[in-house]
Amino acid sequence: MSALVVPAPTSARQLSKPTLWLTAGVSAFVAFGVFGVLMAAGISEGFNIVAAVFASAILFVLLSYVMSRIVEGRRKAADRLATGLVTTAFIVALLPLISLIWTALVNGLPRFDALFFSSSMRNVVGEGGGGLHAIIGTLEITLAATIISVPIGIMTAIYLVEYGKGRLAKAITFFVDVMTGIPSIVAGLFAFALFAIFFGPGIRFGIGGAVALSILMIPVVVRSTEEMLKLVPNELREASYALGVPKWLTIVKIVIPTAIGGIITGVMLSISRIIGETAPLLIIVGMSTSMNYNLFSDRMATLPVFVYTQYASQGSDAQAYIDRAWTGALVLILIVMALNLIARLVSKLLAPKGLR
Amino acid sequence: MSKRIEVKDLNVYYGKFKAVEDVSLTIEPRTVTAFIGPSGCGKSTFLRTLNRMHEVIPGASVQGEVLIDGKNLYDADVDPVMVRRQVGMVFQRPNPFPTMSIKDNVLAGVKLNNGKISKSDADHLVEKSLKGANLWKEVRDRLDLPGSGLSGGQQQRLCIARAIAVSPEVILMDEPCSALDPISTLAIEDLIEELKAKYTIVIVTHNMQQASRVSDKTAFFNIAGTGEPGKLIEFDDTTTIFENPHVQATEDYISGRFG
Repeated sequence: MSALVVPAPTSARQLSKPTLWLTAGVSAFVAFGVFGVLMAAGISEGFNIVAAVFASAILFVLLSYVMSRIVEGRRKAADRLATGLVTTAFIVALLPLISLIWTALVNGLPRFDALFFSSSMRNVVGEGGGGLHAIIGTLEITLAATIISVPIGIMTAIYLVEYGKGRLAKAITFFVDVMTGIPSIVAGLFAFALFAIFFGPGIRFGIGGAVALSILMIPVVVRSTEEMLKLVPNELREASYALGVPKWLTIVKIVIPTAIGGIITGVMLSISRIIGETAPLLIIVGMSTSMNYNLFSDRMATLPVFVYTQYASQGSDAQAYIDRAWTGALVLILIVMALNLIARLVSKLLAPKGLR
Repeated sequence: MSKRIEVKDLNVYYGKFKAVEDVSLTIEPRTVTAFIGPSGCGKSTFLRTLNRMHEVIPGASVQGEVLIDGKNLYDADVDPVMVRRQVGMVFQRPNPFPTMSIKDNVLAGVKLNNGKISKSDADHLVEKSLKGANLWKEVRDRLDLPGSGLSGGQQQRLCIARAIAVSPEVILMDEPCSALDPISTLAIEDLIEELKAKYTIVIVTHNMQQASRVSDKTAFFNIAGTGEPGKLIEFDDTTTIFENPHVQATEDYISGRFG
């Protein structure tokens, strides 16, 4: 007999796919059953689907762990438990999001009609009316904020990555980080105080809102662009220098084109960050029921403030106001979603083929 | 077209750390000079001082003189950008620009520097440079595809084509074959042999067979210990260095007794 003992191949006994599906089915059945009984008994009001899904997931993780422990052994069971916990955490993170979008859809769809997109709230009390003025206002103010923030933000990032060294660069990085944490209301008050100096107290106009929003936007643009520029391999810069290309041309023609996909994604994300801001706009832009295309004079409506005022000061027909508020929220979500999709598309199209 | 390089009493620093001490040597035009030596002995650092790429690294500085046809590169009135147009460089890892096609990679130096070049001139230059780098036959029907799609050896030859497209006087190569397989290495070595007719070539290599195959002169660098500056130990004809070195350390190194 040989002294060498060949280790047995890993345990052939494994939980089969159908068994696992069955376990999942049983868990779901039990969890939904329990919540169904609770509802029938009148303990909970209505069927709590979120809690039921969550309970099924937990039950499934526990059941499969126990079964795996018995059939497959400790290592496999631990593996299943870890996978299960990570997946459950993912579901927990996702549930509020899905729930939010679902609620916005259900409540927003009733007024998601042509009238909403073709009329303002001018002379509307009760039913009818729409949010066109708010959509235009949001788009104009956000666009203005982007035009202000993107050049400043990108140039700051270029300075920090390509030129900055020593105390100044460290100080800028520090203050950019501090700026990321500025409460939006403070940005609004800053813009209000700033413009009050020039135009007297009580000034309200769109461009002031754009300035307030760019204070919130600049640090996000700086941070994301900085990260993207750092990702550009140093070898490319050196290759360009070695060809006798000056530094500024290297940055413009080599570094930025290589990072452009990521920079655009960062800019789009920063737009999503500020497009839903309410507080600063409430202070410096105010609210209007009429259409105002002019950023530089008079109050403007914006979607977040539109949602807020519709909900906060309901008129005689309360339901009409609440419906408009939900539709406004839904439109805002859709705009952000569209922006993100565009960002993904653009960064995919522009990303250099070799790097990703 | 190619030029003589004279280095006089050159010290190279990273911040306060002296990386290379007291190097003096003369590189003749239209020759291949190889730098050999153990890792960290400062041969790449020294190479980078020959086209002022060294100072790209923050805190790096140089003392002494590098004369190209009598003109000191480190004079106050010399623009490093102009130096690099005369002294091209090929790096250890192939680094074609990922955003550009093969053709644009070759034209990068010309296009980025003065912008305008007529289409026929451009096509001519691309063909000439790629032929010069022995790559034309392999890529002529896919000039508009990204350069990063080529194999490692092809990418490295693309980088050489890019370097010779700006018609430099001198080409520096920093371990150009260390990331390549033997076949690609052979292709690059053949290319160096051809390029010698027109350019002055300086190559850093860890491969002593390669140094003995391609170079006319060899410089051996060594380092006394960690934290000590690297020094030029011996500089002579390649045959002398490999067959009959004057310094014991050189013999120890090339015969594989250390390093």
